[in-house]
Amino acid sequence: MRRYLRVLVLLLIVVVVLYPLIWMVGTSVKSPQEIASNIGLVPETFTPSNFTNGWNNFDVSFGRFFLNSALVSILTVVGNVISCLLAAYALGRLRFRLRGLWFAVMIGTLLLPGHVLIIPQYILFRTLGWVGGDFPYLPLLVPQFLATEAFFVFLMVQFMRGIPRELDEAATIDGASPYRIFQHVILPLSRPALVTTAIFSFIWTWNDFFRQLVYLSELNDYTAPVALTLFIDSTSESAVGPMFAMSLLSLVPVFLFFVAFQRLLVEGINTSGLKG
Amino acid sequence: MSPAPPREPATHRQAPGVARRRENLPGYLFLSPWLLGLAVITAIPMLLSLYLSFTNYDVLTPLTEAEWVGWDNYRRMFTDDPSYWHSVRVTVTFALVAVPLKLAAALGVALLLNRVFRGVGLFRGLFYLPSLLGGSVALAIVWVSMFNRDGAFNSLLGVFGIEGAPWVNDPKWALETLMLLAIWQFGAPMIIFLAGLKQVPAELYEAASVDGAGAWRQFVHITLPMLSPVIFFNLVLETINGFQGFTSAFVISNGEGGPVDSTLMYTLNLYINGFVRLDMGYASAMAWVFLLAIGLITVVLFRTGRFWVHYSDSEGR
Repeated sequence: MRRYLRVLVLLLIVVVVLYPLIWMVGTSVKSPQEIASNIGLVPETFTPSNFTNGWNNFDVSFGRFFLNSALVSILTVVGNVISCLLAAYALGRLRFRLRGLWFAVMIGTLLLPGHVLIIPQYILFRTLGWVGGDFPYLPLLVPQFLATEAFFVFLMVQFMRGIPRELDEAATIDGASPYRIFQHVILPLSRPALVTTAIFSFIWTWNDFFRQLVYLSELNDYTAPVALTLFIDSTSESAVGPMFAMSLLSLVPVFLFFVAFQRLLVEGINTSGLKG
Repeated sequence: MSPAPPREPATHRQAPGVARRRENLPGYLFLSPWLLGLAVITAIPMLLSLYLSFTNYDVLTPLTEAEWVGWDNYRRMFTDDPSYWHSVRVTVTFALVAVPLKLAAALGVALLLNRVFRGVGLFRGLFYLPSLLGGSVALAIVWVSMFNRDGAFNSLLGVFGIEGAPWVNDPKWALETLMLLAIWQFGAPMIIFLAGLKQVPAELYEAASVDGAGAWRQFVHITLPMLSPVIFFNLVLETINGFQGFTSAFVISNGEGGPVDSTLMYTLNLYINGFVRLDMGYASAMAWVFLLAIGLITVVLFRTGRFWVHYSDSEGR
């Protein structure tokens, strides 16, 4: 009896948790009249034109914004995976002077609120001519190629510490250098940590707003989250449907990652306390 | 993110007689991108912003022409800017309410899930979904629409004959709406709780049952103490995150912190001062106070943690 009660309560919580998402899907295909009158989950008239209207709502098509988002996210993944892997190998597996100090500094930067650095970084990148430059995403991407996302360094260090030392030692006795060990032992064995990093890195960047808002000023360069805020400015009723349609579309990649890699994401949180 | 100090892997001991191998060159080669990032992306900007916080720098004039103004920015912040203190109050209120409620929801659902034997994976996944989506602009937009005067929430209340408020446009309720959005994302800490609950030895509960302890006493005397390291970990993480809320506050107020400054979170205020008013010297001072405050809060949390966090072994977590 109590068991059924427990499952019932859980199901109720599922409904509350999922309601906003389902409502979002329903509203994205409601007609303007219905958005004001019918607040239920199921639309009476199916209005797919919200998607085409939303797609073409601004002078630049939303396809462009999604491409920009994809470009930033994918390059961020590449940067994070490579640079954090290198740093983690050094901090987790090699012995060198001051390693303990650098590890402590890395842990310290984990706790550093990103907002504190945004102003001086902006000034720095502006001085370099990167803000609004030929490739306006440099300020968003260069830090990611320099392993500044300490979360991922930490995640990989933790992972690499679990790889048996005997493997390195055996390879060393066989005459392998640290570079060869990296290439032939650590790199292949670190695959799970790399995949976790890649997924989180993509989702976070795709969802990120603050930095993209600060660095992108031309409509052409906007990413999806920045473009979505343009909808808020327009107060007309007819923009609500398209706004929901584009919001929904912008969550699809994250949702697909969730469906495909759910187990990995959950494990990722558990090993490192990464926030979703 | 872990409070554990760096340590050599315990499994490995250098065999006696083998000279301690140093790998200085490869070590620094592999570390070099990170070191460069540390210097250029983190350390130098930090020092630069410390300097700027004592100037009236405004981006439009060259950096070298920024005028040294001494402690003026700090003085203005503490004594002459009501909106500053207002944003501090908003942020602290947000964190004080949303973080405990979010953790309570996370722990409550984790306790429920821990006793369910089938479908745990599915539930866990569904509850985690909001944590992945909730920080986005898209979801904040949906949330704001849901809590409009004629949004879905009010019509739900209408079913019960309750007349709702225009939540997101009402200065009394706008911040609460954002708190609710934060609490809705309880899934990530829940997963950490769930993993912690799995670590509590079942024998403890069996022994307590034999001794006649009921469910509540078992929860207070076994579950809570055994779980305290995980609670502490979640508390630190969520508190630091709670103070940095930006996206939802930006979306609900169209970047202005309204209605009547009720959602003027600290980071939003910083953004407005730095990037809208271009008062970057002042915003730098705000950023440094923020950094010190977050550091102080973390230290206080760790200090108080000594009194209520129980580690079951000497090794820590």
